[in-house]
Amino acid sequence: MTVNGAQQSAEVEPRLLLVHFLRETLGLTGTHVGCDTSNCGACTVHLNGEAIKSCTLLAAQADGAEIKTIEGMGQEGALHPLQEAFWEHHGLQCGYCTPGMIMASADLLQRNPKPNEEEVREALAGNLCRCTGYHNIVKAVLAASES
Amino acid sequence: MSAVAEPWVGQPLKRKEDPRLIMGRARYIDDINVTGQLWASFVRSPEAHAKITSIDTTEAKAFGGVHAVFTGNDLDLEAPLPMAWVPPGVEVKNPPHWALAKDEVHHVGDPVALVIGSDRYAVVDAAQQVYVEYEPLPVVVDLEQAYEGGDLVHADLGTNQCHEWSLGGGDLEAGFAAAEVVVERRIVNHRTAGAAIEPRGVLADYRAGSLTLTSSTQVPHFLRLFLALQLGISEDRVRAIAPEVGGGFGSKLQIYGEEIALAWASRKLERPVKWVESRSEGMLATHHGRDQIAYAKIGATRDGKITAYHTKILQDLGAYLMLLTPTIPSLGAFVMSGVYDIPAVQTDIIGVFTNKMPTDAIRGAGRPEATHQIELMIDQLADELGMDRLELRRKNFMAPESFPHETALGIVYDSGDYPKALDTLLELADLEAVKAQAAPGKLRGIGYSTYTEICGLAPSRVTGPSGFGLQTGLWESALVRVHITGAVTVYTGTSPHGQGLETTMAQIVAQRLGCDPQNVEVIHGDTGTGPQGLGTYGSRSTAVGGESVARATAKIVDKARQIVAHQLEAAVDDIELIDGKFAVKGSPDKGMTIGEISGAAYIPENLPDGMEPGLEEQAFYDPENFVFPFGAHGCVVEVDPDTGNVDVIKYAAVDDCGPAINPKIIDGQVHGGIVHAIGQALFERIHYNEDGQLVTGNFADYALPSAADVPSFDLDRTETPSPVNSLGVKGIGEAGTIAASPAITNAVLDALRPLGVTFINMPLGPQRVWEAIQEAKA
Repeated sequence: MTVNGAQQSAEVEPRLLLVHFLRETLGLTGTHVGCDTSNCGACTVHLNGEAIKSCTLLAAQADGAEIKTIEGMGQEGALHPLQEAFWEHHGLQCGYCTPGMIMASADLLQRNPKPNEEEVREALAGNLCRCTGYHNIVKAVLAASES
Repeated sequence: MSAVAEPWVGQPLKRKEDPRLIMGRARYIDDINVTGQLWASFVRSPEAHAKITSIDTTEAKAFGGVHAVFTGNDLDLEAPLPMAWVPPGVEVKNPPHWALAKDEVHHVGDPVALVIGSDRYAVVDAAQQVYVEYEPLPVVVDLEQAYEGGDLVHADLGTNQCHEWSLGGGDLEAGFAAAEVVVERRIVNHRTAGAAIEPRGVLADYRAGSLTLTSSTQVPHFLRLFLALQLGISEDRVRAIAPEVGGGFGSKLQIYGEEIALAWASRKLERPVKWVESRSEGMLATHHGRDQIAYAKIGATRDGKITAYHTKILQDLGAYLMLLTPTIPSLGAFVMSGVYDIPAVQTDIIGVFTNKMPTDAIRGAGRPEATHQIELMIDQLADELGMDRLELRRKNFMAPESFPHETALGIVYDSGDYPKALDTLLELADLEAVKAQAAPGKLRGIGYSTYTEICGLAPSRVTGPSGFGLQTGLWESALVRVHITGAVTVYTGTSPHGQGLETTMAQIVAQRLGCDPQNVEVIHGDTGTGPQGLGTYGSRSTAVGGESVARATAKIVDKARQIVAHQLEAAVDDIELIDGKFAVKGSPDKGMTIGEISGAAYIPENLPDGMEPGLEEQAFYDPENFVFPFGAHGCVVEVDPDTGNVDVIKYAAVDDCGPAINPKIIDGQVHGGIVHAIGQALFERIHYNEDGQLVTGNFADYALPSAADVPSFDLDRTETPSPVNSLGVKGIGEAGTIAASPAITNAVLDALRPLGVTFINMPLGPQRVWEAIQEAKA
């Protein structure tokens, strides 16, 4: 598969989850695990351009796919507009859910570049945050949609 | 470093810690692996109460990649798991709680064996091959049943009652005799989970006689102490590290058996061992919170003057006492009378064992329960008196001019202006107008909550020797080092997990040194590098930890002024910080920046005779009193009477935590706190069935609020400095959680009043609300 633009190849156990492949085989630890029922969304990445929960997919199922993780979004000095917006609008506290939130938000903005507040809230309903009360996350996504 | 003249304190700066978090570059416990590391998996009891008759580990030991399987009797620890804080002068029954159960299990999830092997997936498989035989024993789940003589959780104690503790002041009997109206309610504050999105994890690495233990903990220094005591090794041979911690909310304020068991196993195997809980495992075995029933009674005169308030509280302790378990309701008892001047107050606390996971501190710890009780009782009393509930509140507020205010309990509230908070709330949001816009067929209600909390835990003078039973001082210390180049490193004993303390503390230091907060690095969470401290909880990090940083910085400033006076041949008293330079009053252009001073400070020939070189100072700070943040919250909810569904339409909050060091961070914490309490009020409930099986064992069954479930919030602040510390700060991390559950509940009751519903307990899920409506109709 291609991960953040780089070709990756490995032989894996059939049952290895994509999230563990990314984190442990490739060392891309920005994608997090927060639950085991696909409810929290901390493991959200893009597969062929769409947000998916990487704990619900086997690594083998992503064979040949194009994967993007938080590490592929933006770098210091060249942050993705969503990363900038989360920073500016204090859309994170402990930061654990943040990579998943940013990946889910990026997916929303691809599909709907000018969402309203309700659409942002609906789009992020599959990503749980315990710190921010969502207020500033929503604000950040709306701000990013303006930029 | 360029000279700057910013008043850093009070600015809504973007957080210093964020770049690593938004780029996925932070290192949480599960991101950390070391060479030679093994993986651990725990075998947990499926029974709520049973004797362990045998454990067969043969097959598990033979499983590919497995290095060892340990059971409770293998672990030769010095003592059971710690319970550190005891209510004063009280006999507390403390059944032994081992890192691995020895011969009896007392709740589902009680760990009975530890499997260690080379692969993360394989140890989970191998754990399935550990065969445990249980002989089931009677199970008691219901709190009132357990209290009233149900089956025993610990047969040898002869009772489920752990302890009784009362805190009271004033003449209760006279108070109720003087009352013309008395209202009594049974108020349930149900069991919830902290539910930090990052699961817990531990990496224990014992080599050459020293243990390094990395854990998703809020209290690395406590952890080091107890690891040393449990393993029987010297404290200086133990280093505890809290890496990036993905939320805590009290659920990581604990010394967990997994931390002790892994440390023991690492020493035994001479290999690093790592464990990360699954969410389902965490729901079973990470401590829960709340879970108390209060029988509350409030008396008042007809014109609304409250004369007495009494609560009897049953606290569900779960099956064992953990670090702070019996102390949690006591924290609530200190502020049981809330923001009201009540002449006679008493709380009788009874701790009760049940066959469930232990309860302990969850965001607010005791104070949300106390606030929920008094704020519900105020609305109930107002109904009974036929009086406006805000008028009733105003009539009983402690007067702003009465601070410092000693309550009937002998607790001294430091500062407060409760009428102003309420006035500000009413200016902030026109809740009546929002209430009037209910959709056809729907009912809207307004709920208020005016609150205070006791935080900045804790003054040792009060908590240590004389009074409330905390068996330790709870000071903080800080070390501030100005490097030769002028860069500043601050080491703090507190251990944040999302509160933005790196930024807050950098602002405190930058303000005093006249430098840029970007040049101030804040190091925390490592007993090997930092100074001592007692962790992050109880909204103490800025009020206690931040004050220790301010005090260490003040010592730097003292020395800096002496150096500048010597360099400029001026009097020390004439040197002050002007436009980013330490200079003689009246001639700021000749001054020196902190970078220039530190450059000089490391070269002894620049210094006055006898002065030590360097620019580095430490301070310990033990507060004289607690601090008492306060505020007023109000909200509008809409109830669908056909389905019982409750929507939060509007939520407004005015909080006062003293001067805001970073308003952005403060607002963020209030938002999070409000949603935490909305979660408890409407969605979240840890539910065990009557057999003691956890029904809400993962995020599919335990409903955390999502972005779609809550609105955005209107916030404002008042600013009443605390006289307790030099920053005037109080604390904000728990305010929203403390204030919001009664506001939501009162709003739902307000909405249902036209239907004849007078009282319902949380959680106000659709079924409960619908049933209350049907009962009122019948």
